[in-house]
Amino acid sequence: MITVLLIFFPLVAAILLLAVQGETSKRIAFGLSLAELAIWFYTYIAFKTNPIDASLSLKKAWIGSIGASFAVSTDGISLMMTFLTALLVPFIILSSFKGKYSNVFYALILLMQTALMGVFTATDGLLFYIFWELALIPIWFICLIWGGEHRGMITFKFFVYTMAGSLIMLLGLLYLYFQTNGSMGRSFAWAELVQAGKALSETEQGYIFWALFLAFAIKMPIFPFHTWQPDTYVVAPTPGTMLLSGIMLKMGTYGLLRWLMPLVPAGVAMWGKTAMILSIIGIIYASCIAIVQKDFKRLIAYSSIAHVGLIAAGILSWNVEGISGAMMQMIAHGINVVGLFFIAEIIFNRTNTRQIAELGGLRQVAPQLALLFLIILLGSVALPLTNGFVGEFLLLNGIFKYNIGFAAVAGLTVILGAVYMLRSYQSVMLGDTNPRTENVLDLDLNEKIILIGLSILIIGMGVYPKPFMEISQPAIKTLLETVKN
Amino acid sequence: MQEIVQGVPLQHYIWLSAILFSIGVMGVLYRRNAIIIFMCVELMLNAVNLMLVAFSRYHSGTTGSSAQVFVFFIMAVAAAEVAVGLAILMMVYRNTKSTDIDFLNRLKF
Amino acid sequence: MAQLAWLVPLFPLLGFVIIGLANRNLSKSVTTLIGSGSILASFVVSLLLFFEKVSQPTPTTVHLFDWITAGNFSAKFSFLIDPLSTIFLLVITGVGFLIHLYSSGYMHEDDGFRRFFAYLNLFVFFMLLLVMGDNFVVMFVGWEGVGLCSYLLIGYWFENTDYNNAAKKAFIMNRIGDLAFLIGIFLIYQHLGGIDFNTAFNITNLANLAKGNPSAITAITLCLFIGATGKSAQVPLFTWLPDAMAGPTPVSALIHAATMVTAGIYMIARSNALFSLAPLTQDIILYVGLGTALLTASIGLFQNDIKKVLAYSTVSQLGLMFAALGVGAYSAGVFHVVTHAFFKALLFLGAGSVIHGMGGEQDIRKMGGLRQSMPITFWTFVIGTVAISGIPPFAGFFSKDQILAEILAHKGIGITAVAMIVSLMTCFYMFRLLFLTFFGNFRGTQEQKHHLHESPLSMTIPLMVLAFLSTVGGFIGFPHGIGHEMGIHHWLDGFLAQSVVITPNHFTAGQEWTLIGVAVGLLAGIIFWAMKTYVTDGKIPVKDSEMEGLQKVIYDKYYVDETYNRLITKPLNQISSGISNFIETKIIDGGVNGIGHFTKWLSSGIRTIQTGNVDLYFFAMTISAMLILIIKLFDK
Repeated sequence: MITVLLIFFPLVAAILLLAVQGETSKRIAFGLSLAELAIWFYTYIAFKTNPIDASLSLKKAWIGSIGASFAVSTDGISLMMTFLTALLVPFIILSSFKGKYSNVFYALILLMQTALMGVFTATDGLLFYIFWELALIPIWFICLIWGGEHRGMITFKFFVYTMAGSLIMLLGLLYLYFQTNGSMGRSFAWAELVQAGKALSETEQGYIFWALFLAFAIKMPIFPFHTWQPDTYVVAPTPGTMLLSGIMLKMGTYGLLRWLMPLVPAGVAMWGKTAMILSIIGIIYASCIAIVQKDFKRLIAYSSIAHVGLIAAGILSWNVEGISGAMMQMIAHGINVVGLFFIAEIIFNRTNTRQIAELGGLRQVAPQLALLFLIILLGSVALPLTNGFVGEFLLLNGIFKYNIGFAAVAGLTVILGAVYMLRSYQSVMLGDTNPRTENVLDLDLNEKIILIGLSILIIGMGVYPKPFMEISQPAIKTLLETVKN
Repeated sequence: MQEIVQGVPLQHYIWLSAILFSIGVMGVLYRRNAIIIFMCVELMLNAVNLMLVAFSRYHSGTTGSSAQVFVFFIMAVAAAEVAVGLAILMMVYRNTKSTDIDFLNRLKF
Repeated sequence: MAQLAWLVPLFPLLGFVIIGLANRNLSKSVTTLIGSGSILASFVVSLLLFFEKVSQPTPTTVHLFDWITAGNFSAKFSFLIDPLSTIFLLVITGVGFLIHLYSSGYMHEDDGFRRFFAYLNLFVFFMLLLVMGDNFVVMFVGWEGVGLCSYLLIGYWFENTDYNNAAKKAFIMNRIGDLAFLIGIFLIYQHLGGIDFNTAFNITNLANLAKGNPSAITAITLCLFIGATGKSAQVPLFTWLPDAMAGPTPVSALIHAATMVTAGIYMIARSNALFSLAPLTQDIILYVGLGTALLTASIGLFQNDIKKVLAYSTVSQLGLMFAALGVGAYSAGVFHVVTHAFFKALLFLGAGSVIHGMGGEQDIRKMGGLRQSMPITFWTFVIGTVAISGIPPFAGFFSKDQILAEILAHKGIGITAVAMIVSLMTCFYMFRLLFLTFFGNFRGTQEQKHHLHESPLSMTIPLMVLAFLSTVGGFIGFPHGIGHEMGIHHWLDGFLAQSVVITPNHFTAGQEWTLIGVAVGLLAGIIFWAMKTYVTDGKIPVKDSEMEGLQKVIYDKYYVDETYNRLITKPLNQISSGISNFIETKIIDGGVNGIGHFTKWLSSGIRTIQTGNVDLYFFAMTISAMLILIIKLFDK
């Protein structure tokens, strides 16, 4: 039941919010998102007391005639993902306090949270698909209504691109569905789909692999399915970008972990390497583009592609190290990228430009901003004792176990990440001021709270990642064993 | 009731509804007046209804009546369609002072 | 006592946190007190640890908490206290404390005084983690952490673009090495089953691996060595260190001479169990070390920036240490790390004192005759110069002599001659520096001359302490052959025997005396030559524009930077621009948009069928329906 509460509380909150007009809606939305975080903590305590507690999952017949049920469940992996969602939404709402957003905006964010929570906990294929598509709608409105220049064309492309991927995924899921043959007839249940997938021939599994992988690859995005992403990130209002990059792209990595790898093991054996090569090409490719990028927000967008490529490669390597690293890195990347986009927003608000070359010397006028930016940046380049390191180290270790050469190439991200991040930090923050930057004000209270909060998370998770690692370890082991048997 | 319906052989029903349907089709194809076309469409719908009722009685025994449910659906939809369609026609007439469908050729790319 | 080892890194961390958070609210004297006091406290604890290890040399592990655990992989946050780490602890906290003290004088007028101390404390914290970690991952934490602090401190004056570039260069070149180090760690985990030193250096494990898969050991050691070349500025990753002199001088002394750059030597000495099994890697280390030493010593001959000379000298001395490691003389390498920390810190601080007195001037062509106005700096600098040149009985002599003897014992006279040439070059450029700076007439401006003064006590006391250490520090490693005769044993070798393999030294007293005699004779000649050139003849190096031929090539550092720039940086930028401007926008995004355009084009053709004539629609519909019926009929 708790899981259901976790999913639908934001929906109720969103509906309530429609009745509130004006400035107060922000605060109420923030309060409600904190309440959601509290519900998550309640879930966490229940999970800690008993990881297979009955209250963590629910299964009710839904569309009985086709074997679809409303089945949700929270295991360690889901718990990590719902944590990410519940944690980041308050930050995102708080970061939007200075913007001119109406109550509908916040209602959409909360609706989005419902969809995301659903995606991360659904154990029924159809339900998963429905939540997956539901997540697209609010973010599309957010980008379309509050976005920047050319938003019509860019959001259209984003919508159609991801939609196309999802439809192909639906085909794959349906194909599996028609192969299920449990005691109750056909079913969309995860366990049934896993059984059905295993029984298929290699070729069939190969096709399904690509059908599902395509959807996840577009969502993450993985090279070469990424071109919707930089434009959308730039054009979306910053809270929207944070939602997209911080949480929504994890739908793709989570899907890879839960809905692709266990479902078609033979397909993975056949095509996993190709997919991994694509992910690794993406890491290098996106890093290279980030190196020469002139627009700060776009640079973060490309760095995000590079990071997600590494996460995907870690999951595809399919061993404990790789997956544990991916779990850590999903959280870490969510926190870091939200921080980076927020900093981009702060700088843009004060200087009215996102061009790196036009900035400089901000450290002289805004030392607090410079320090907090540096901490987030270090998390992003995976310096030890920041959250990025734990994830990246395990990811590379996992990829290394899979193939030494891949790890060496993927490891270049260690160098290239430092190159583009330091380069941008230098030209934005260091050096001398210019007329555009000399009157920039340092952080105000709202910004300080957000950035300090994120920085504490970055260092805290880097120094003591044990609680996080412990949540997901048993679930990862179970998942790996599901495939082995 | 069943006896009355089954008092006439099925073939007759089929012929009747085929003739009604053809009249409707011909009317739609040949007439220019939108209102008459409308009436012809109704004629076609009713031809189908007749057919459904007849088949239902002859083929699904005493209990089955799902085809007759369809008839009610069609009637309801037809009524709604007339309501909307006539309203549109009224507007067309007000704007063009005509109900000639050749006049309405702007519905294209 | 050893269980309290966590106190050692805790003090600098607290110092960093307090200074970092309080920042503007702290007065400069309180900042100095906290910043230097924390290091002093660490030093005291280190000293206690050291004495415990002297009496009881078995290693102690201090477990703090489990850090990263995933499946079988486990990295614990724990410390290893053994003779090797205590030696490094003493050097880091001891020399570190002196340099903190010195900084309180040197940086006194700087606006970022507190920031500077916060960074320095953070650096010491990470450096301590590096040498205390009981597994490779904690070592890596320190390893990257000191890299970060080095970045922050090189770019300490962040308004200056050149300094920022130097900082960025240092960080990125270090990261290249770090990647290799990471892969080395993965290899160790894969082949030896664990990344803590106990598992990785387990004798049975290693013996099995050496029997089963010797190339794995070579691969591991090579990766680790590449990591070391980054941090310790060896060929090919050495060019960042001279640029790193952009940072304040105490930083150059602490990070880029005494401690951080010796991390590579520590790492290899720590992993000596692995390296001893990989003769190929050892040879590579020897040649890379000697090559670096020779290359950079020759560059040092023609440099005119006081800090640059010292920087190249550091790289060159590090090369000698690596050469020692390459012949398996781990203890000799560590010995040189210790003595080098004393005299190189001394020289850098002395240089800092000179720069301070000269009002920021670093070009030795504009100095001269400073010995009257800066007597303490002068005399301590002399001691430093004599020590680094290897003149007995100063510290550098003992360690360098041991390295030369070990190379001679293992590789013969040819290789030893190269090492010998390096130390002769060192002697020459160091005396050249000394003479040009402190002898002759003053060549600066009148204003500078007026401003000349001896530095305050906070700066000269560390100089004097370091000068003392540079004088007597060598006696911890008294040569075996001679010492045996005189009843003095080589204390350091004995102490380190718990941590590293000690190769027996076969030299007799007579052979040692010969080696010493030859070396001292040659050194005396070199000093005399330098004295004649720069003092008697009063020659001054020519201006940059007047240099030509080989001298110019060497002065411009053999154009290594330019070559890297042309071979790596520029192509990377060009490829990236190509990807960004062509592949990304034209091919991939173009392809995606192309699908959209194709659909549009297709529908633009089909939509013309919609004529708008309702009649026609009806007609088409009826005919089509009939056609379907007819086809269906005939189909049967």
